[in-house]
Amino acid sequence: MPLAFGATLSPATGSIGSSVHELRCLGTWSMGTIAALERTLEGLPWPQRGELVVDGSAITELDTAGAWLLHRTMAKLAAQGAKVSLQGFRTECSGLLALLANRRVPLEVPETPEPPWLGRIGRHTVSLITAFWGYLAFVGECALALLHGMRHPARVRWRPVLRNIEIAGVQALPITGLLSFLMGLVIAYQGADQLRRFGANIFVVDLVALAMLRELSPLLTAIIIAGRSGSAYTAQIGTMKVTEEIDALRTIGIGAQDLLVVPKVIALVIVMPLLTVYTDVTGVIGGMVMAKLKLGVSFEAFFDRLDDAVQLSSYWTGLVKAPVFALIVAMVGCHRGFRVGASADSVGAQTTTSVVQSIFLVIVTDALFSIIFLALDL
Amino acid sequence: MRQAALDGTTDAVIDVRGVCTRFGSAVVHDGVDLRVDAGKVFALVGGSGSGKSTLLREIILLQPPAAGSIRVFGEEVVGLSDEAALPLRRRWGVMFERGALFSSLTVAENVGMVLAEHTSLPPHLIRELAATKIALTGLPADAGAKYPNELSGGMRKRAALARALALDPELLFLDEPTAGLDPLSASGIDELVRSLCDALRLTIMMVTHDLDLLWHAADRVAVLGNGRIVAVGSMSELSHSDDAVVRQYFHGPRGRAALEQAWKTR
Repeated sequence: MPLAFGATLSPATGSIGSSVHELRCLGTWSMGTIAALERTLEGLPWPQRGELVVDGSAITELDTAGAWLLHRTMAKLAAQGAKVSLQGFRTECSGLLALLANRRVPLEVPETPEPPWLGRIGRHTVSLITAFWGYLAFVGECALALLHGMRHPARVRWRPVLRNIEIAGVQALPITGLLSFLMGLVIAYQGADQLRRFGANIFVVDLVALAMLRELSPLLTAIIIAGRSGSAYTAQIGTMKVTEEIDALRTIGIGAQDLLVVPKVIALVIVMPLLTVYTDVTGVIGGMVMAKLKLGVSFEAFFDRLDDAVQLSSYWTGLVKAPVFALIVAMVGCHRGFRVGASADSVGAQTTTSVVQSIFLVIVTDALFSIIFLALDL
Repeated sequence: MRQAALDGTTDAVIDVRGVCTRFGSAVVHDGVDLRVDAGKVFALVGGSGSGKSTLLREIILLQPPAAGSIRVFGEEVVGLSDEAALPLRRRWGVMFERGALFSSLTVAENVGMVLAEHTSLPPHLIRELAATKIALTGLPADAGAKYPNELSGGMRKRAALARALALDPELLFLDEPTAGLDPLSASGIDELVRSLCDALRLTIMMVTHDLDLLWHAADRVAVLGNGRIVAVGSMSELSHSDDAVVRQYFHGPRGRAALEQAWKTR
């Protein structure tokens, strides 16, 4: 059954020619009908001034939405100088109208204005600058906390360090191992055709070993750890911030840096080089398998060549990057966590930023390392 | 729509029969019977861990009981699918103990999103209705533009109430409406609950520890203890009860103070 509703405006009966008008409200005035009723009301030929009687005797249902529409209509007319009175409303309806009149609901609710483009640019700039200063301050605090930890190793919380080593390192072994194995496989596969063309099959060893050891293995590990552990750090610290646990730590007298940041940084700096050595090995094994399958290079020949192809310096140039990457991932992850505001949304936003930013910084740092190594002729 | 609730064979809005709840081997409810009449403020009390909030969660379909029947507006809700529950959910509003306001939306958006989800009203009417609900709960007009974390505890409760009222529910569930509030804010909530029940003809079911709220706002009070309802009645009836659990509850030092206060203000 469609809801019956409506409103009519007419000169009041028995007073033709006078300035008294009567608004008769009919049927259901509720959330489902007020959109249509509003249009009806806007179309009515409202008198410029004079008296208006609102008759509610034919209203069958009135909820707060309907009462609001009626209240707003009457209040606007009253503001224009009309004399408005109610007639024939049941007690519960007039009670509802009185409640709304009582509570001083604002008649117009403007849409929240978007700031102008210049304002947006300004706000964004300021937030970037404060974020940068915030990051500097955070790095400083962390450096102090780490120095303090170095001077008083007994004060460092070693249990969380071990726990973090387990989570970020031991539990990451399968995924990092698998991915670098596949990476070695792919490099050997891609190189195989080219090398075979020159009859240089054995140089697949140089290709795989140098690419993995110098570049790919530390980079791959850092990227996986950024996605796996960096994001977790941000989400953990961010959620603790939303639930005021960080404030609680402070009041108990535990520095949030000491408990949450330092153990993570120490753990990652220990774990990342170890993982890199491990992915070096699995990556080279991947290449070895593909070399045998595609180029017929036996494992013995591969190992023989490996000895000549890889100098110790290649191994070290890869490995030395790992702790730096670890520092970046841990610091960015924790810093982003502390920048979480008070909403669930901001946990998500900061976690995204954390991962993107740490991967970006890792790759930029890797490029810087390449330049430095080139200059040092390594 | 409002009539539909009243036209049924009974005007019990909520009818709980023989509800049992177990968490592992712990028995929380062991045959709870409860009846909430239309247009009344009904309060469920009981000590910590007596399963008040659990019963509330079972009634609003957030968790199923192990056994028993729960009828809301005459319809069995135990085992109801989400789809079948939607029309029911539109007819009730829930205010959670800690507000559960969406932290990334302003107060006005919190209220407005419920309206936008369930009605096809134009945006300006949604904004106006949200402002109406916010004003009805006694919040100042500028509270609408604020985020939940910018509000005090009492204001947050009111904002949560505004969201619960968004769709003009016939039935309102309040979980600890005054918990964590200072006495002044709490007494504001007392009056609010009472006046909303009278003005909007709501049926209210609340779970509370607050004896002042019980004295000022509740029509009927049920005491939950040992997994059952041990007593039901008005506050003055209960204050004369001989049951050990009830006496312990209402005649502790705080219970006596609230009782004296209630007599003084009458």
